[in-house]
Amino acid sequence: MTAAASSFRFSSSRDRRRLATGLLFISPWILGFIVFRVYPFLASLYYSFTFYPVLRSPRWLGWDNYVNLFDDPRFLISLWNSTYYALGAVPLGTLFGILLAMLLNMRVRGLSAFRTIFFLPSITPIVAAAIVWLWMFNPRSGVVNYLLSFVGINGPAWLGDPQWAKAALILMSIWSVGNAVVIYLAALQDVPRELLEASSLDGANAMQKIWNITLPMISPVILFNVIVGLIAAFQFFTQVHVMTDGRGSPADSTLMMSIYLYQSAFEFFKMGYASAQAWILFLIIVVFTMVLFRVSGRLVYYGGR
Amino acid sequence: MATSLDTPRAQAAASTTGVQRLSRPLGETGKYLVLALFSAFFMIPLVWMVSTSLKNAEELPLYPPIWIPDPIRWDNYVTAFVEGSLGGYLWNTVVVTVPSVIGAVLSNALIAYGFARVQWPGRDYVFAVVLATMILPDFVTFIPLYLIFRDLNWLNTYYPLILPIFLGSPFFIFLLRQFLMALPAELTDAAHVDGASELLIFLRIVIPLATPALAVVALFQFIGSWNDYFGPLIYLSDVDKYTISLGIANMESAYGFSNFAWIMAATCMSILPIILLFFFAQRTFIEGIALTGLKG
Repeated sequence: MTAAASSFRFSSSRDRRRLATGLLFISPWILGFIVFRVYPFLASLYYSFTFYPVLRSPRWLGWDNYVNLFDDPRFLISLWNSTYYALGAVPLGTLFGILLAMLLNMRVRGLSAFRTIFFLPSITPIVAAAIVWLWMFNPRSGVVNYLLSFVGINGPAWLGDPQWAKAALILMSIWSVGNAVVIYLAALQDVPRELLEASSLDGANAMQKIWNITLPMISPVILFNVIVGLIAAFQFFTQVHVMTDGRGSPADSTLMMSIYLYQSAFEFFKMGYASAQAWILFLIIVVFTMVLFRVSGRLVYYGGR
Repeated sequence: MATSLDTPRAQAAASTTGVQRLSRPLGETGKYLVLALFSAFFMIPLVWMVSTSLKNAEELPLYPPIWIPDPIRWDNYVTAFVEGSLGGYLWNTVVVTVPSVIGAVLSNALIAYGFARVQWPGRDYVFAVVLATMILPDFVTFIPLYLIFRDLNWLNTYYPLILPIFLGSPFFIFLLRQFLMALPAELTDAAHVDGASELLIFLRIVIPLATPALAVVALFQFIGSWNDYFGPLIYLSDVDKYTISLGIANMESAYGFSNFAWIMAATCMSILPIILLFFFAQRTFIEGIALTGLKG
């Protein structure tokens, strides 16, 4: 009994020493977590219930900001625009990402050259890409409509046309799919070859193998990429800010939630209103992430590793 | 880390899978056709950017577009420095990026070691909190952060862009922790028995072994800081303090279409360091990206 007690005490003092060492190592994170995560998180929740013109101190309002937001046509437009963009860019990016990775995973001559070509756009600075695409989408002298004219298509005005501006942004988002291609390619190479061989012997064709083996085996990676992509899509900002001078033009057709939030904070100096927008954005991201995890429970196969 | 894509095993895997049946001449041609189409899609904007950066002002609005300018105007690059103060923007970006890279490597290595190689009660719960903060969008926290930095009188300085990086980022902590956990325990057991302190073990044994993973962190942080737009946009107000992304966006909106050739030259120059880095460290890049997705 005494032995057990003393050994317990020994281990707890050792535990304490280890706890101190561990906390010392992670102390930069603890500081950053409190100052740059917890405090701003709670502060923005508080601000979202206040009237806060930036130069005066916040005054409590209750739910007014949230109520007003859902009466604000520009906010509703931004909600629609962000959802439209996310539901366009994320599935297309996933589709093309997997397709290109599968092509590269076949026996391809010049694999590393293709991989480099696919990957370069995704490390190109976003501002640089935005400026290049802005002029490529030019309806009169732009390269996009020039190339479309070869296949007999009279291209739209893209970023000048409210009907087409979001489509232009989605098309541009596919340009930086290379990052996902590299991730999917690495996942594809971890798919056990024995499984594919065995199914070949059983007479499965290429489509059956993709559908029944390859896709289930890489499904955790797909889920990860879809979630990361969705979170990024709802925060889509830089391209629109650069290409429309921060306006979300034409006719608010590219006014993303992030852009309107930025305008509320730094053009209209309504910090409380902007914080409420930020919290709605956050809740949307949380809900989408939870729904994806819930829905994917049945679709994602975790036995592969 | 062993996710290299050019290994004999991977090649063999590719050649013996279901591809064989598809590898008839028709499928083969189709495969390269699709790859070539996508390569064109990915390359045309970059080619067009370089081509435009060498054009005469008169060639800019021409339709059909000109791909090879005549004459080739190398002096657009000089104009970018003289008219567009490109040199200042590049220098400012270096001033922000270099300390950021150092800060990211130092802090995340320490933190990840604390999560991976030191056993302490409650560790895994705290790590779950680290992971949870990954889905917290920057747009939720930026208003209070802006107000903090305003109250510190740090607006229009580089501190808000650099200092937070010295306190770690969840993504890098996660990445390095995975790598450090995979190092065998025997590596550090002997040193522990000899009574070496954790700090000594961290510095002398673990850091040298973790160099490949630290290189990934350094690369990603370099690109992150070099390309950052939102941070400089909200914190910097003097044009002569702008970093390159903000500087180029500013050129684009301040000068019109007729100056577009040298603006494209400036844009090329902003990408050049990233492209050079990519070709020198391609392997680190590809393996790093693969690592981020796979262990998720």
